[in-house]
Formats: sequence, C-alpha cells, structure tokens
Amino acid sequence: MSVIKTENLSFVYGEGTPFRKVAVDNVDLEIGEGEFIGVIGHTGSGKSTLIQHFNGLLKPTSGSVYIDGERLWDDKARLRAIRFKVGLVFQYPEYQLFEETCYKDIAFGPRNMGLSEEEIDKRVRETARLIGISDAMLEKSPFELSGGQKRRVAIAGVMAMEPKVLILDEPASGLDPKGRAKILGLIREYHKEKKNTVMLVSHSMEDVAKHCSKILVMNNAKVFCYDTPVNVFRRAQELESMGLAVPQVTRVFNRLRAMGCAVDDEVYTVGFGKELIMKALAGRRAEP
Amino acid sequence: MLKDITIGQFFPGTSPIHRMDSRVKLLLTIAFIVMLFLAGNIYSLCVGVAFTILIYVISRIPFRMILKSLKPIMPIIIFTSILNLFFVRSGDVYWEWKFIKITSEGVNTAVFMSIRIICLIIGSSLLTYTTSPIDLTDGLERLLSPLKKIKVPVHELAMMMTIALRFIPTLIEETDKIMSAQKARGADMETGSVFKRAKALIPILIPLFVSSFRRAEELALAMECRCYHGGEGRTRMKQLKMHLVDLIGALVVAAFIAGVVVVNRLVSQGAAV
Repeated sequence: MSVIKTENLSFVYGEGTPFRKVAVDNVDLEIGEGEFIGVIGHTGSGKSTLIQHFNGLLKPTSGSVYIDGERLWDDKARLRAIRFKVGLVFQYPEYQLFEETCYKDIAFGPRNMGLSEEEIDKRVRETARLIGISDAMLEKSPFELSGGQKRRVAIAGVMAMEPKVLILDEPASGLDPKGRAKILGLIREYHKEKKNTVMLVSHSMEDVAKHCSKILVMNNAKVFCYDTPVNVFRRAQELESMGLAVPQVTRVFNRLRAMGCAVDDEVYTVGFGKELIMKALAGRRAEP
Repeated sequence: MLKDITIGQFFPGTSPIHRMDSRVKLLLTIAFIVMLFLAGNIYSLCVGVAFTILIYVISRIPFRMILKSLKPIMPIIIFTSILNLFFVRSGDVYWEWKFIKITSEGVNTAVFMSIRIICLIIGSSLLTYTTSPIDLTDGLERLLSPLKKIKVPVHELAMMMTIALRFIPTLIEETDKIMSAQKARGADMETGSVFKRAKALIPILIPLFVSSFRRAEELALAMECRCYHGGEGRTRMKQLKMHLVDLIGALVVAAFIAGVVVVNRLVSQGAAV
C-alpha cells in the first residue's frame, strides 16, 4: 500500500492578487512504504511547496492528499496526528532550535506526542546515538555547537518522533563536503535501520543518485518524472534542458559513449563507473 | 495570516502620486490631516471625503487595500461611534429608554466622527502605499535635517527606520517558517488556555530572537565593510528633486483646504441667517 498518495494536487500562492503563482500543478503521486526517494528540481519548481502538503502544513487549493489512506483536511483535528506520522525537516533546521539543552530540544517533538517520560528518554537517546550526538553534547546548549552539529540535533528532533515518513528539505545545504557526506550518510543509516520511508529534497544529483531508490523530478510545478535513477538519468538531455545536471560521472560516460566507447548508459555513481573502467582496462590487457 | 499586516506596505505604481517627491508627500499628508480637522461640519467634511476619493482614483490603489487598512481600526471607529451616540445629549430625541437617550446631535456626531477617522486613516495610508520605505525615510531625514543643529541624530534615526522597515517582511517570512517548523514537530498554537498559548510562543520567539541578533550582526558587519560611518559627509545616489507634479499636488491640496474653509464659513453663515 502506498503511504503517501496525491490526486490532482494543485496549490496556488496569492490567489486573486497580482502575485498569483501556481506552485504545484495537478500532481498525481504514489509513494510506497520503505522507499528512499530523492526529490529534485531547480529553485521554484515547487518541490518545497509539494512536501509541505504531505503533513498538512499547506492546504491544497484543489485535489487531495492521502496519508496511509486517510484523506487530509477532512478532519482538521486529525492534522496534528498526521504531523507525527509524517516528519518534516525544513531547510536550515538549526534555526528552529530553542531549548536550553539539545536533549530538551530533541524531546520537544516526542513530548508533544504525549509520550511517557521513559519513552521520551529512550527515543532521545536512541536518535542521538543514531545521528552521532554524544551524551556530553546532549547536555549542552544547542547554541554552543558547530553548524553541522546543530543541524544534526535539529534533524534528530524530528527523527525522535519516529515518523512513518521522514521528509528532509535540503538537509545538507550550506555545509562543507565533509559535513554533507556525514549528514547524508547518517540519513541513509537511519533508513536502513528503521526501514521507514525517507524523502530527500536536494539540488545535488550526485547525492540523490548515490542514496535513493527512486527519484522524483519536479519542473515548473509539475512532476516531470518519478522513476528509478537509471530510468531518470537516461533522459539526461531533457534534464539538462530544464537546467538540471545529471551526475558528473554520468556525463563523463555519456561523452565516452559519444566518442565510440561501448559503455552502459546506466552509470550514475562513481563506484560503478570505476568498476566499469577497470573491467574495460582488464579486457584490453587480455586482448593482445 | 501574518501576511495581512500592511504597515509600510508599498504598492508599486507609476501614477502622479507615486512620482511625487517624498518630502512633499509627507508635508501634504500633514496638510491633509489639518484639512480634516478644519472641517467643522458635515458639508465641509464632504470636501475632505472628495479629496480622499480623488487621490485614491489618481493613485490607482486597489479598493481592497483600503478595506485592509481599515480593518485594524474598526474597533476604534465602532467605539467612538457608540460613545458619541449615547453621550451626546443635545438635539431632538429619537429614542429613549431609562437613562439611554439617542438624539439627532448624537447620530450626527457619530457619523461625522467615523467619516473623519476613516478618511484620516485611509488618506494617510496612501503615503505608505505610494512611497517606498526608502524614499519615505529619505524624505523624513531631509525634512528633519534642521534638527541636527540641536544635536538630534536625524540621520541615525532615519537609518534605523529604514532598516526596521526593510526587515519587517523578512521577519514575517522568518516567523512563518519557524511556525511551520515547530508545527511540524507537533507544537500546538491554536488550542488551550491563554496561558498555554503564551507558553506555546516560546519555541517561536526564541529562534526568532536568535536569528534577529544574527541578522543584525551580519548587517552591521556588511555595513562596516562598505565603510559606513554615519551620516557625516554621506552623499546620495538619488537626489530628491521637486517636479511640476509636486507643485500641482501642493496647489490641489491648498485648493481643497481653501474649499473646506469656505464651506465652513458658508454653513456657519447659513446657520446664523
């Protein structure tokens, strides 16, 4: 069964004003349980608006959203419960930290769920371990930490609610390459351990290609395609025409093919590319 | 919800009123207020109303903006109307019940006062609708510059105002974002007692404060990097200049003020005869 489903979902900003803008246009989607989905699209393509519909922060202008088969906005009182099911981590989540200690901040979500103190403690410590926050750090004020650490505490704050679906909006933006790799690695780890659905919004094709089982490409408020990475990157030319780059390694291999080398066109991670090259070199050495 | 606040909301346009010098507009707004208070009876007030309608027609500001600027002061209008309605006791009695008495004078004053307040608000809102905040503070700084002689930090005040105005939309956006983020973590801001709701604001206010301080620091640094050191010897890229439009505007306002005074006279003479 699909955990998120949308039907003819549309959202318009500033209806009836000169600033009217269609941000999401007639989107039909079905997202299966346990998947790791990458959402890409350039700025203003509607990806951030789309994901805010999944936990009822935005009300669709028309169409509907189903979470676990339940239609949102039929009963407004249920929205809060839905928000515990679909955890949303905003861009630059460290700006929402507010408690005296990291522990308390991570506990904010679970406490709002009305869990027992024991359960809250268990969840906070488990999430902290999962996302690499030490016990000493938990007792510190979030404002004393480094940028990357703050980011992790903020993400942990949503993870600790153990949502069925975790949506992260550009969780690695503004971090250095090491911080990026760490955050994305930890999210992958989380997915592996919890087997929950994860949606990762990103600009970086590399990140998405490396981690996701399926990719959702948004363009001009519409879904351009929703498919496996192999199938998505096969449409390299179309992607480039809408201003999205395919991973660099895919581009290298596309060029190699254009130059007459017989290569698969399904190369989108550096690891796989390396393997192919090694194989080709080994074949050449064996030839003469 | 938060986007409904209209303080300092500029509505870009190219009408003659948009093109007027901000200093002139500021002075004319004061003149307009004087005009409304000069109007001593309902007839001369009609001249003021006509002026208000005229400037809105010229500026081509949409009608719903007017409604929007009136919304927050509706309670004040209603309150003063009720006060006038019940406490003015002279004139013919329309309706009486125990100690409550509604008289013709009372009704007249209530209507008169409401119209005056409405004109006052929507007329002076036009200043902020048709003048960008930057122009406005520029004009204000220029108008107040004589005060520098008595050591009033006019430039600093104007700069503070510019910055404050500039950051209102940014802060609103930021608040919206933080609210969404905390709602996503299950923060409940809509239900519960007043005390509970006030407490629910903490997760919003603290991040907002923190980011405001961060922003202020970044801005100060950026300004210093560009060698900002106060108003001393600072020149402007856009010099304020008077044009024909300003003169015409001033003349029109003067004509209307004269109109109000004349109508006042005529009516009082009519009453005397």
